[in-house]
Formats: sequence, C-alpha cells, structure tokens
Amino acid sequence: MTATLPRTLRALALCLLLAGSAALGVPLPTDGTNRPSALHEIVIPAGTYVPLQRSLKDAPQIPVAAFLLADRPITNAEFLAFVTAQPAWRRSRVSPLFADASYLGHWIDDLTPGPNAPLDAPVVRVSWFAARAYARSLSQRLPTTAEWELAAAAGYTRPDGKNDPDLQRDLYAWLARPVPAILPSVTTPRPNLYGVRGLHGLVWEWVDDFNTALVTGESRADAGLDRDLFCGAGAIGAKEMTDYAAFMRQALRSSLQANNTTTSLGFRCARDLSPSAPPAP
Amino acid sequence: MRSYLRLLPFAFASCVFTSGLSLANEGPTDAKGKVVLPAAVSALPIEQAVLTSPPHVPPPIERKHAARVVINLEVTEVVAKLSDGVEYTFWTYGGTVPGSFIRIREGDVVEFHLNNHPSSKLPHNIDLHAVNGSGGGASSTFTAPGHSSQFTFQALNPGLFVYHCATAPVPMHIGNGMYGLILVEPKEGLPVVDKEYYVMQGEFYTTGKYGEEGLQSFDMAKAIDERPPYIVFNGAVGSLVGDKALQAKVGETVRIFFGVGGPNVTSSFHIIGEIFDRVYPEAGLGLPNAHVQTTLVPSGGATMVEFKVDVPGTFILVDHSLTRAFNKGALGMLKVEGPEDRVIYSGKEIDAVYLGAQAQAGSDSAKRETELKAKIAAQIKTNPAIAELTKEMRIEKGQQVYMGLCFACHMGDGKGLPGAFPPLAGSDYMLADRDRSIRIVLKGLVGPVTVNGKKFDSAMPPQEAVLTDAQIADVLTYVYNTWGNTGDAFTSTQVKALRNAPH
Repeated sequence: MTATLPRTLRALALCLLLAGSAALGVPLPTDGTNRPSALHEIVIPAGTYVPLQRSLKDAPQIPVAAFLLADRPITNAEFLAFVTAQPAWRRSRVSPLFADASYLGHWIDDLTPGPNAPLDAPVVRVSWFAARAYARSLSQRLPTTAEWELAAAAGYTRPDGKNDPDLQRDLYAWLARPVPAILPSVTTPRPNLYGVRGLHGLVWEWVDDFNTALVTGESRADAGLDRDLFCGAGAIGAKEMTDYAAFMRQALRSSLQANNTTTSLGFRCARDLSPSAPPAP
Repeated sequence: MRSYLRLLPFAFASCVFTSGLSLANEGPTDAKGKVVLPAAVSALPIEQAVLTSPPHVPPPIERKHAARVVINLEVTEVVAKLSDGVEYTFWTYGGTVPGSFIRIREGDVVEFHLNNHPSSKLPHNIDLHAVNGSGGGASSTFTAPGHSSQFTFQALNPGLFVYHCATAPVPMHIGNGMYGLILVEPKEGLPVVDKEYYVMQGEFYTTGKYGEEGLQSFDMAKAIDERPPYIVFNGAVGSLVGDKALQAKVGETVRIFFGVGGPNVTSSFHIIGEIFDRVYPEAGLGLPNAHVQTTLVPSGGATMVEFKVDVPGTFILVDHSLTRAFNKGALGMLKVEGPEDRVIYSGKEIDAVYLGAQAQAGSDSAKRETELKAKIAAQIKTNPAIAELTKEMRIEKGQQVYMGLCFACHMGDGKGLPGAFPPLAGSDYMLADRDRSIRIVLKGLVGPVTVNGKKFDSAMPPQEAVLTDAQIADVLTYVYNTWGNTGDAFTSTQVKALRNAPH
C-alpha cells in the first residue's frame, strides 16, 4: 500500500516519521549523528559461538561478551537521513572502491528512495563500507559474525532456535521464495526470544568480519585446511552439517567483496555493552 | 578492528588491479585476470555456444577443428510448477530444470561466463564434470547475486557430463534444480541419428507430501534422510507427458542424453517396450553395450542410449525403481507414429476363456492331482464350514438323491402320479412352506393333502434315518430348483434345526 504513495506523500511521511519520534521524546539528531527513531537496542546476553567451520588453529568455541544489538535492520528512511547528512555516501558520489555499480540502485535518485524502497523497509543494495560508515556515524558498529550468529541462534520462544519448529518453518519458507521486488516493513518479522526482529526471514545482513568466513590470504596459505566450500567438500571441517541456513549465510558472506551490494543484503548496528556506553532507553 | 586492518590491503590491491580497467569489474574475490592464450589458441575461430532448453539438444557440431567457444549461462531463482497445483522455487541455470544443454567439441577452449541474476538471494557457482581443474570450475565461478564470473577451460575429455552448482549447502542447491548436461563431442563426432533428446532425473524434497498444493519449501530433514516426495524427469511431474511427450517416427533412430542430477538418488533408467540397441555406460565413449533393458545411472552421472523405433505406440520412460515412477513422478513418454508391423508386434490377437491346464493321464502330475483332490474331498467332508456348498453343487447332488429315492413316487418329471402321489413340479403346497417341506422329508407325511386343487390321501415314509442333513438340503434344493420351480438353496443347518426340534 505504501509502495503506491506518490513521492511527495512519501517525503511527507518521512517528515511525519521524524516529527513523530520527536513527539515521543526521542531527540532528533542535533550532534551530527542520525540515531534512528523507534529503533531499540537489545541486550544480547553473553554466550559462545561455535564456528560452522574452523581450521586447527581456530578455537572450537568463541566466547561472546554481552552486547547491544538493534532490534531491527536499518530502514531506507534511516539511510536516507545518513546520505543526506553525508553526501560522500550518495549514490552519485560514492567511490566505486566503496560501493559497486548497483549501490542503492532501486532508489529513484540520491535523496529519493521512491516506490521500490518504502521508508520502513530495510535498506538493501548497500556495501559493507557504507554500512560500516553508517554505524560509525552513530558511534556504533556492525555486529561480528559471532555476535550476529549468537543473537540469531535464538528461536521465537526458546533459546535454541534450531529446535524451534516455527522459526525453522519460517526460515526455510523465506529461503524458498525469491527476493520480492518491494521489501516489507522491518516491523513485519516476528521478534525472537530477545525481542530482535528480522535476523531470519527479511534480508541477509552484513557483519563486521564477513570476509573471514571463507577465503582469505591467510587461509589459502594454510595448507592444512582447504576452506573451499565447494560440493561435498563443503562439509570438510564443519562441525554441524545439518544447519543448511548457516551454510547459506556463510556462503553468501564469503561470496562478497566489501564494495558489493545485492538486492537482499542489508545491515543492522551493534554496540559494546560497557559503562561508558549505557544502553539506550 | 582486526578485520578492518585485514581489509585495507585488499582495498588497495583492488585499486591497483582495477586501475586502467573498467571499474565495473567487481567480480568475486581472488580474480586472477584474463588468461593469456598462446598464439595458436588465440588464432582459433570464436563462436557463441547455442544453448537449448530441455528436452531439446543443440544440433551436432559440423566443424572439424577446435574453436574458442563463449558460453553465457545465467543463474535465476524462479517460481514454477512442480506438479498440478504445486509450485516450487527452482534455482536454475538458464531458467529451466535441468539447465540449458551445452554442446562443444573435444579440444575446444571455452570462455565460460556465469551470470548470477541481481534478484537472486544467494551466491552460486558451477562445477562442470567436463572440466579438469579445481572444483570443475566451482572455485573460479563463485558469484554473488548481481555479479558475473568468467573462467576458461579446455575440453580435454570427450563425453557427456553433468554440471551442477557446488555452493554450500550443495544438496540444497542441487535439490532446488541446479544441474544440467554438457556434451563434449569426440573429434570424430557421434554416430548420426534421427532424433536427439535431453532428459534428466532429479528429486525434490518438499515440506508437503506428494501432491500437496501450494508453494512448497525445501525440507532439510527429508533431504538429509534422503526421503524425497518427488522424483521426476525434467524438473516437474508430467514434463514429458501428453503433448510434451518426446516424438519419433517408425524407423527412426533416437538418442537420449540422460543424466541424473540427484542430489542423492540413482536411476534405473528404462523405457517400457523398447530395448536400447546401444548404451554408452556412464556416458563413456568406449564400445557401447548392446541390447540393454535397464541401465543404472549414478547421481552426478549420465548415459547415452540409442535405439531404433520399430513399431508405433507410446513408450514410457521410467526409473525402474518403480515406486518412483508410480508414486513420485518419474514418468515420461515417447510417442512413436507410423505404420504397424504386426510381425514384430501384433497387438492383442485373441481374447478367449481359459479353463486351466489339464495334466496328461497317468503322469506324475496327474497322480499328484488325484491325491490332492482326495485330500481336499476328505477335508471338505470333515469340515462343516466347507460343507456349506453352493446352490449349484447342492442341486447336482440333490438330483442324485432324488433319482435314488424319490423318483419312484414323484417321478422323473416331478409330476407324481395323478390320484396316488402328489406332484412336486409347481406344487403350491410344497412351495408355500419351506420348513414344512423339510419336516415332511424328515418325518414323513400321512393323511389327506390338497395340492394344486387336487386331494391326495396316501403316505410318505420318514427319511430322517436314511438321509443326512446335507442330503436332505441337497434334495430339497434340487426339487425347489427344477421343473420350473425356483427357490434359495437349503442348508444343512436349517435341516439340523428341525431334525432336533420337538415335534
């Protein structure tokens, strides 16, 4: 429905969105940052992450400290505010080193998301560099693979999402459908146990260390482990072969370069949980 | 922070490599740049490969020399029909399952472009079994959505080869339809045939059971357990049926390029009513096997079968592991038109009643048959359940009783003797009361009765000491079903009940 709104209404909607957040008492950006409205940070409790694949040099388990994670991906509205404030990240100005030719390709122009990019839909076609710059602009960062996977391991109602039949059904149903031309609102996915939405079943998401997933200079030099994920060899060195969705996330991450963008790849922000950075209300 | 530092050299490296080149070159990691071909190879003519959708095959290669062949294959994720009312999101090479058929010649140098459509959700690659090299091309073609990869290989080995996606989790990529065939024609070419077709078998692991309607999802648990609800030819139930059936004319020689994508299930490929004149086992190009009924094709393997069609008809392609054909969809059709040859195959000539075989008298089998019959007769005699015989048998036995006992008074035609013994044929008195008839046979009858309006006054002796219950049931069934009389069979049980009843 919102997709059919004309541009002027859409711009108006953005204004209302920002005005609304002011009315709710969330301060509008005045310090050069663009803290998104109506976005909450959730405390993800400390845990451990078992990498899908590892070399003998890698630890079998990675301890993950408690951290703060956005309860949903970044929207087109939020990214529009970012590129408005930082012209270097506009589609027409961004360096090809930092974003490929399809960067924000579904937007009408630099500052108009348009009908194919509803304001409340997750922003996609953004590069790792752009996502990282966005997070930095808010003094935040992208979650690490370990953090992201730890938060995403939870089901809707139980900590072990692998054994949550509802989550598994929704996850594989999403995988079974092509990317829609117009993505739905970030509020549509059902929140998981921690109250985080959209880790599964909305868009793929960048992680800070995406390029450690598979082929790196280091790993190719490591003759003891061929990390190529091809064919049956994909199971070599893998600890858990039955989580196909995890393999797909890993395959996607390892297929990407930092300037790449795709129609189903967005991001969300994270922060350290420390006395110097208390959680947002 | 650590990861950021790791990325920096990469970014600079990218800068160096792309300077002077088009910045649109944003291929996946570790691109090495284009191969420098030796002058002899560079001099080869360049041609674009013709790709076809199943069940069609590109025409045979006419040229007698190697070429540089450019192949563009696009990966798309599409929703299409798996069966009536059942949809599935297929991951495809060229928009079809199986993917486009590729035909090249031994010695060709192939420049292969894998293009992953921007709307794809996932990265994909391609492992061509025709390639000698790491991953069969997979390690050179790992391609993010909206990107394109290029690599070059030389077709060293002739034969028919499977290609497939080899991205983890590979069973899901193949299970969603990412496979096809590439034919590397030997330098001398393949034997000339009249028709060539392209068929591949593969299984689908849907969440719903076979035939459950709606858009189905991939079921990981069923895939791991290798329990596919669908095993089909060319990507859908009924893809080679009806007006989509393969076609040939009587006298033509047909070649089928048959492959199995899997990901797990092998095929016992068979065509009902057609013998393969030649099978190239596992699609190897050594001497073919002759006169083969069923050929085993491994998952990730292929075969070539050739046969002349001699007579018209519809010939059914199946996986002869037959529940797959009967219950899971592995069925196709080859329709052959042309004149009949009733010497080769007559069709049904005669439909006649068959009475069973008769053994020669005095033979061992005849003796055994006699012994068996005696055994059965003895068992029937001692078994009251079996002794409840059919009406026809009772009538036959009852006739023997009647002729031995009742015949003298009631006569052979059942009309009795006027004035002395009453008739049974059409007897209103007898037909009016079945129990009374049983009692009369058991206990006899003395005194006047009126039968069909005529009075009789004589005596009938009781038979209860003479006849068994079965014999009485038999004889009554006989008289109640002869000379125009009709009635149900009498049973021993009915007789027994009245024999013991107080009188």
